[in-house]
Amino acid sequence: MATTTPARGAYTPPPGGTGAASNGRGTWRSRLWRFDDKASPYAYIAPFFLIFGAFGLYPLLYTGWIALHRVEMTSLDQSQWVGWDNFAKILQDSEFWTAVTNTFVIGVISTVPQLLVALGLAHLLNYKLRASTFWRTVILTPYATSVATAALVFALVFRADGGILNWVLHFFGAGNTDWGNGEWTSKIAISVIIIWRWTGYNALIYLAAMQAVPTDLYEAASIDGASRWQQFRKVTIPSLRPTILFTIVISTIGSMQLFGEPLLLQGGTLGSIGGSEHQYETLSIYLFNYGWKLGHLGPAAAVAWAMLVLLLLIALINWIVGRFMRKSAA
Amino acid sequence: MRITRTGGGHGRRTATLATTVLTASALLLTGCSSDDDSDSSDANGNITLKVADFGQFGYKEAGLFAKYHELHPNITVQEETTANEQDYYPKLLQQLNTGSGLADVTGIEVGRIKEVVDTQSGKFADLSKTINVNDWVSWKEKQATAKDGTVIGAGTDIGPMSLCYRKDLFEKAGLPSDREAVAKAVAGGWEDYLKLGEQYKKKAPSGTYFMDSASAMYNAVVSSSSQQYYDADGKPVYKDSQSVQQGWNLAAEAAGKKLSQGLPQFTDAWNAALRKGTVATVACPAWMAGQISINSGDSFKGKWDISRAPGSTAANWGGSFLAVPKSGKHVKEATELVKWLTAPEQQAAVFKAIGVFPSNKGAYELADVKNAKLPYFSDAPIGQIYAEEAKSIPEAVLGAKDGVIKDTISNQINNMEKRGTKPADAWKSATESIDKALG
Repeated sequence: MATTTPARGAYTPPPGGTGAASNGRGTWRSRLWRFDDKASPYAYIAPFFLIFGAFGLYPLLYTGWIALHRVEMTSLDQSQWVGWDNFAKILQDSEFWTAVTNTFVIGVISTVPQLLVALGLAHLLNYKLRASTFWRTVILTPYATSVATAALVFALVFRADGGILNWVLHFFGAGNTDWGNGEWTSKIAISVIIIWRWTGYNALIYLAAMQAVPTDLYEAASIDGASRWQQFRKVTIPSLRPTILFTIVISTIGSMQLFGEPLLLQGGTLGSIGGSEHQYETLSIYLFNYGWKLGHLGPAAAVAWAMLVLLLLIALINWIVGRFMRKSAA
Repeated sequence: MRITRTGGGHGRRTATLATTVLTASALLLTGCSSDDDSDSSDANGNITLKVADFGQFGYKEAGLFAKYHELHPNITVQEETTANEQDYYPKLLQQLNTGSGLADVTGIEVGRIKEVVDTQSGKFADLSKTINVNDWVSWKEKQATAKDGTVIGAGTDIGPMSLCYRKDLFEKAGLPSDREAVAKAVAGGWEDYLKLGEQYKKKAPSGTYFMDSASAMYNAVVSSSSQQYYDADGKPVYKDSQSVQQGWNLAAEAAGKKLSQGLPQFTDAWNAALRKGTVATVACPAWMAGQISINSGDSFKGKWDISRAPGSTAANWGGSFLAVPKSGKHVKEATELVKWLTAPEQQAAVFKAIGVFPSNKGAYELADVKNAKLPYFSDAPIGQIYAEEAKSIPEAVLGAKDGVIKDTISNQINNMEKRGTKPADAWKSATESIDKALG
């Protein structure tokens, strides 16, 4: 973006002004101009920083402060310095590492199929279709439902007893799966909810990027005799690379914060500990349970910071991969 | 929608965006909410009292709020019910901490009362002048009394123990089905109950189980003892507690012999099992009868019955208190409401409506309680069974984290039943989780 701000530092007195009187007023006005020039930009951007400070930075730092103290849900006004004890506590807790593993496993088995399906859908929607706006709206509708609604409906689908899925499966001789209770079945069930909800959203992002690919590239490719599939692989995918990276980052962050789906899959007491053997406990569930159910806010805050560190690590890896990809493309 | 692709700077922008988004989202985790305070009184002196409770207190069912409005036309009572106590309690603590969003009257469960008494008693009005604590069964009001003598809660119900069982299933399995005969068969205690279960299993109608959940039996065993999870000094001693060990071993035995369907209570699966009629017995604190009749539905009316608990043990499982936060605008009126709701007549009305048993001794003499029979349970004389038992319930030593300990152990018992976890492993997981909770 190339806009130029008019240089106002050099004040030229208005025409018609005469003599010493205007001269004194002139320096004063000149100073005002200069002050305006220096200060106004700060005023313009201040609202963002004020809001970010109040709702972003302050809670972040306060969480950090809590992470270094013993703070109980029953007495929030009392705190006791414990240093890094809370971090030591969670890092030595096997449940924490279970939660880390679960978060990554669910993240992978939900993100990978989700993005692949989204890519396929976007490719289909990119053809000339009848009622294309209708289809584009339809694939976005799951995204418009709330997490709670989606999770509760899917909880009914995956119910062990009288769930729709088991009912369908019983025609094929299966159907006794207690989805929420199994080590893998529970993770798959949660992934299905996520995939259902987010595929359309990612498909639209891909679609938008696909439409920005110049058509002459495809024309050239088809003149060269490339099939549809070859065009998709050799033209579409490389053009979409930055977009794909973006969706991966967003999905990674999303799966890191996975909360509503596991909480509501079985619900109640089981939901808040992520299953009877923590088989689908994610980091957010672990944090919630530690802070709100057990009432120890110190370790819970430590978990929040651990999540931040993990996310930064992932962002770093993403950045490195992205750089590598750009270099190899160049 | 049109998005134009940007050029080479995209990667960096993505990284910046990612950092911003993740910062923002990390912050969201620490967000909090608060309810707005609506004005609760108008110019004519009409006031609205808010009562926050959980599960089923039965006031609405017994029509008590409407009745109170008739008696006091200027007072309207509004009830805010949270279905699950586990969601209710953290919210209550949060409200007490911030001092906003609190109702005029709040319910507190017995598993939490100790923690509230120990840490929050200053935030509640002292009821010792308003109510006569000697009206209650001896231990009930002690549980709500702080060290300095302030009484922060008025007892609502208690949960004396009995055994709910399916007469028809017992007959089919060749077991005695008369309530006296059943009581006799399990007169030796919970060990006898398991033996009866083995007998049942031999000829069990297909698809049925002797009990719903071994964790329920565990809870029944523990709640019959005065020493449960804590000692009198407030130190957690659950690892060495005899009642915990006994309950755990019995539950492990039941799980090993597959006498139980292994359903965590109050879950969908548990409700469904009652509806389908696949469980033959349920350890039955007084309030459980209501749960069973609601979930089993009309088709099983008259097929259930209630007998004395195994070994005729007197036990208390559950029960709640009503407390008045000091910060409310109408403390005086709220205190009066609490006094009225927990008086014998009203407790008897609630008992009649939904079957939760009064903790106010005065109610035991009332006809509604004394002669109460439950039609759903083949006219079992529950008033007589429970009132007799209530007198001999031992005074339990409560602890701050009783609720969490109970839930954690119950969950591990369920793992033994459902996932076949070895008792030693389950106990190890339970102690790890509990030690974390005790923190």
